[in-house]
Amino acid sequence: MGMGLLIDATRCIGCGACSSACKEQNKLPAKVEEVLTAYTWTTVQEREGLNVRRLCMHCEVPTCASVCPVAALKKTPEGPVVYDSERCMGCRYCMMACPYEIPKYQWDRPVPVIGKCIMCAGRVKDGQPTACAAACPAEATTFGKKEDLIWEARTRIRSKPGAYVDHIYGLAETGGTSVLMISNVPFEKLGMKTNLPSDPPAQRTWQVLSNIPNFVGVWGAFLFGVHWITARRDDVAKAEHHTNGRGDRS
Amino acid sequence: MNSTATLASRRFRPGFWTAVFVVTFLAFAIVTVLRFTKGLGAVTNLSDQFPWGLWIGFDLLCGVGLAAGAFTLTAIVHLFNLKRFEPIVRPTLLTGFLGYGFVIVALLLDLGQPWRIWHAMVYWNPHSVMFEVAWCVMLYTTVLALEFSPIVFERFGLHAPARLIHKFITPLVVLGVILSTLHQSSLGTVYLIVPSKLHSLWYSPLLPLHFYISAIGAGIGMVILESYLSKRAFGRHLEMDLLEPLARGMVVALGIYGLMRIQAIYRNHAFGTLLDFGYEGRMFLLEFVMGVILPVVLMSFRRLRSNPDWLVGGAFLAVMGFVMNRLNVSITGMEAASGIRYIPSAMEIIVSVGLVATGMAVFAFAVRNLRIFPEGPVTESQVPEEGA
Repeated sequence: MGMGLLIDATRCIGCGACSSACKEQNKLPAKVEEVLTAYTWTTVQEREGLNVRRLCMHCEVPTCASVCPVAALKKTPEGPVVYDSERCMGCRYCMMACPYEIPKYQWDRPVPVIGKCIMCAGRVKDGQPTACAAACPAEATTFGKKEDLIWEARTRIRSKPGAYVDHIYGLAETGGTSVLMISNVPFEKLGMKTNLPSDPPAQRTWQVLSNIPNFVGVWGAFLFGVHWITARRDDVAKAEHHTNGRGDRS
Repeated sequence: MNSTATLASRRFRPGFWTAVFVVTFLAFAIVTVLRFTKGLGAVTNLSDQFPWGLWIGFDLLCGVGLAAGAFTLTAIVHLFNLKRFEPIVRPTLLTGFLGYGFVIVALLLDLGQPWRIWHAMVYWNPHSVMFEVAWCVMLYTTVLALEFSPIVFERFGLHAPARLIHKFITPLVVLGVILSTLHQSSLGTVYLIVPSKLHSLWYSPLLPLHFYISAIGAGIGMVILESYLSKRAFGRHLEMDLLEPLARGMVVALGIYGLMRIQAIYRNHAFGTLLDFGYEGRMFLLEFVMGVILPVVLMSFRRLRSNPDWLVGGAFLAVMGFVMNRLNVSITGMEAASGIRYIPSAMEIIVSVGLVATGMAVFAFAVRNLRIFPEGPVTESQVPEEGA
């Protein structure tokens, strides 16, 4: 199941230490922007009196990875969805397709690449927590095994009835994500997408794409068949014309 | 002096159009330079909220779709063996080839790093529709080039290669139809992955089929329209005996497509969004009533189909309906989810207009120098060639 992050919106104090740590870790320009951009991979927004972190959700079946024509995006066994800027040719289908609208583009550069949270894949692989989790002074962002985080989230929701909305965001959304969120305010009020299907969107295209080999065979055979029949009909007509001398076809 | 002046005045019309083309090309060139020095943000109104705009919605989706006449007609002539349609195959192939050229140029501008376009051949991801699209563009452009090549070979008297192509024409046409079927539908499949973003008036699990069938309808419409434009430009006659039955085929394709769209809206419970007559509803009605219902109804009457003016009008409506549909899927239907209103920048429009102008100029050049029409290379014979 890999590693993940649990973000508890009720605990976040909005200090922005996560954003600054992310900037430093990933060598991004220091200025933290209010919304996600190619240069700000995580940021904290105020909604309904809460501080809400924005970052890539690291889907279990990432839509971005499924749509990328050059496989520049991929899910690692440890959990992070990583991006290989050397492969990317800039079609921006990942931006279009991401249900959480996470990948962002360097619109200002002549040689642009995508920017998005990669869940500190290098650190995670070395067994370290992500930079944001390590920096959080309020334990609002917790790093750990995803199964432990689910258990932790359930415990928090159950132990204080009414203190949380009874929903772990990211458990079912788009087939599950490595980043989980809990909150005491309904998620749609926090600007989170709540109209998401519980099956990974990637399945919908795969249902079509996986049928292409069959389709090519059947359609090709049909077209050759049509040609064979019409050509044969012509030949027969010609032969009849030849034997009858008058081409008497009724 | 005097003779050049009369020559200039006589050639006023082509001169005027040449000037229009030159200005368009210059603007196009300037935008291209800006795009590659200042980045996509400097020339387009694209943003993180709206990463795909006019170049995808019009240049790519419509460029590919309007090339659909090529595979439809090659199938009719070579596979269904209806040889009487042969005289209009060549202009259709030319249009198809130009449509794909159009798409490739647009891609080179729209891709963030177009010099990496070959990556799609090396780094495979068979789960990606875009991967399929990339291969279809590459392979079908090759097939179209091969199907078109005999026309160029015969111009230079190279009969051996022309005969060779002719020998393999059936597998080539079958391959072209398969690739086109895959490609036309895959452009709809591209939008299958955004069920939470694309408006319910356009989203459907059957989007690939919607795109495929509407492309056949619009492809036929384009054949009729292009015959009409050739008539206007080169004083050719309209092959009514061929175009009238083609219009019947267009009615069938658009009729099936229209029913599928209505079924999709019913399934999405989206009729309610029409009643409040909002932005999406209005755009949908414009697209569907003008671009599907009207041409189907008009072209159902033999008397209207047999009248050149009505026929061309019906084809024009079908092509416009197609263009509106692709823009609605790629732009209108995506705006609400993005939270912003996207309007293309002047420079984006210049590129699209520049591409259309280039396509028309290349078409005219080909018609003058190759045997595109049965009567051979055509010139504006009204203008006598004087001096040198």
